[in-house]
Amino acid sequence: MSHIENTETHNQSLISRLQSFIKNGNGNIVRLLTAVIVIFTLLSMARPETFLTIRNMQSMAFQASEIGILTIAIMVTMLSGGIDLAIVSTASLSGIIAGMILTSMVPPESSAGTVALGLVLAILAALIIGVVCGAFSGYLVAVWEMPAILATLGTSLLYKGLGTAITGGVTVFGITESQFIGNGEVLGIPFPLILLLIVSIITGIILSRTRFGINLYMLGTNPTAARFSGIDNRRVLIYSYIISGVLSAIAGIIILGRTNAMNVDFGASYVLLAILIAVLGDVDPYGGSGNVIGVLLALVAMQFLSTGFNMLLYKSSGANFFKEFAWGALLIIVLIVNHFSDKRRTMRIS
Amino acid sequence: MFRQLFRKHEFFIAIILIVISLTIGLINPRFFSLANVFSLLRRATIMGIFSMGVLIVLISGGIDVSFTGIAIFSMYTTVSILVARDFQGSIFLPFIISGLLGLILGLINGVIIGVFKLPTLIVTLGTLSLYRGAMLFFVGSNYYNQAELPVAIKEFARASVFTVETSSGKTGLHPTFFILAFLGFIVWYVLKYTMLGRSFYAMGGDRESAERAGFNILRTQLIIYGFAGLLSGIGGMIVGALFRQANPFSIVGTELDIIAAAVLGGASIAGGRGSVIGTLLGVVLITIAKNSLVLLGIPSEWQRVIVGFFILLGTAIPMVQSLVVQRRLAMQRDEIPVTS
Repeated sequence: MSHIENTETHNQSLISRLQSFIKNGNGNIVRLLTAVIVIFTLLSMARPETFLTIRNMQSMAFQASEIGILTIAIMVTMLSGGIDLAIVSTASLSGIIAGMILTSMVPPESSAGTVALGLVLAILAALIIGVVCGAFSGYLVAVWEMPAILATLGTSLLYKGLGTAITGGVTVFGITESQFIGNGEVLGIPFPLILLLIVSIITGIILSRTRFGINLYMLGTNPTAARFSGIDNRRVLIYSYIISGVLSAIAGIIILGRTNAMNVDFGASYVLLAILIAVLGDVDPYGGSGNVIGVLLALVAMQFLSTGFNMLLYKSSGANFFKEFAWGALLIIVLIVNHFSDKRRTMRIS
Repeated sequence: MFRQLFRKHEFFIAIILIVISLTIGLINPRFFSLANVFSLLRRATIMGIFSMGVLIVLISGGIDVSFTGIAIFSMYTTVSILVARDFQGSIFLPFIISGLLGLILGLINGVIIGVFKLPTLIVTLGTLSLYRGAMLFFVGSNYYNQAELPVAIKEFARASVFTVETSSGKTGLHPTFFILAFLGFIVWYVLKYTMLGRSFYAMGGDRESAERAGFNILRTQLIIYGFAGLLSGIGGMIVGALFRQANPFSIVGTELDIIAAAVLGGASIAGGRGSVIGTLLGVVLITIAKNSLVLLGIPSEWQRVIVGFFILLGTAIPMVQSLVVQRRLAMQRDEIPVTS
């Protein structure tokens, strides 16, 4: 953990501090930062007139925010050695409920008070849905000891099914006022990006500074050891899935605000993308290691790459197909590279 | 004898299946009409072939979500090649090419998973995206309709055994049913009577112990994922033939239903469990849930809820059973069980 060695290396020079930072298992963050800078420089040189514009930066921030929050959601469950495959279904179910409350409570041209009340209720309802969805998945994993993959596959179908059943399969719309959450800007900074940063900071603090966070890392590293050191594994697991559910619900509200529409099949590919970014950000799929900073850097790298592909392939219709191919290839390559660097790390310790 | 039967997971699934079938049949007698049964079998056959690969992977302790990507890649690429060469030969060649492509892609999965010891879910999520993206970008994304397909595939689509005349026209059992029966028999035999089958269960039960007992894990994984790929290639071709089109956007997205069927039938990624009979029962149950609940008057929107519920049920039953056994053992030994 980085904050421990920071105090020890208080008086050292910047370079030796950097060296000890890398030595403490943060090499991946340095690698990611380098990758981000390299991709940024390449794209800026290749297409300065389109890439290096405020408009492009803003549109990248809009795109990256919701997937970023979903990635943090899945990361929290991956830290425990599990995985929450229901993030996208939870997001769409929350978005659907929020949209239905908005459209039924706030008819067009209603007073500011009604709008505010409707928004508050819709957001609260969405967050509660997130808590309930997460708690149910967590309950299945923790108390019934179902494998996380199967439990969350099941709950993801279940939530998607509930979304279909409630809406009858049709798209739910938001209202004009709710669009600020997805499309608004504060001082030129996209509002979803602000939400992403708030979520990142809070999650970062929970993971590194609270008892729950430390317990979660211990549980992910070795569940038996965690159990025998007095940690209530079940509670930690359920909490991690609840956090994942709440974050997914926030992403759902943002998606509803950005597209002003929500249906059950929205963003099916987001699960893969979230796992890809998490793995790229050095979250260990077997649990126990990973942090918010790595995920955010990986998110930025992926967003640059995605924009880069779009710019280079704008002439052909296959940009999306190529991206699908590239994300898959990238995920496999990163897994293999991490495998070798992990091996080096363990060899050095032993 | 009866008590033994009662402990079997397959027994529960069979009972649920019979109860559901009888209920639907009593409310709507059309359920038992030959036309409906044959059409259900047709759908179940496709799921059944994929499910055999899924079953073996689950037994070995992994999970494969890339098989739909392999299926569509193999089928679509095969059809593209054959159409480009104006193929006029028999139906065997398309199946051989598609099966071989599937085998190769499956082996790629096996190498990545086996050599680097990576988590199967994440690897196969990656290869699913990789294979489908590669097909759409490099092979093509155009749809081949019935008129453009090779003659052999069109003829195969119309093939039928036991043709019966009904009021709505001719219907019959498609020969692919026998492909499934044959593959099912082979998988059953391998799982039950060969050392190879033992190695699948041993790996899923406890990888470390299996390795120390002398099983070659890498070789086993190559066989498992290669075989799953081969089945996906064949299954993909069957989908193309039965629906009489090569649609590059089909198949992918149905993987959860098939995994659900195997899980419902008692396969578990956690414990080296699973059987051919259970999986096939699960396939029939999911097929009925997806296609026949409408006959009961349940709105189609609720189907997904029910399928999701079935998966959770299928996963929960064995988990609860093992928890009960664990508690009982712990009580006997009078100590705290070491779980999780």
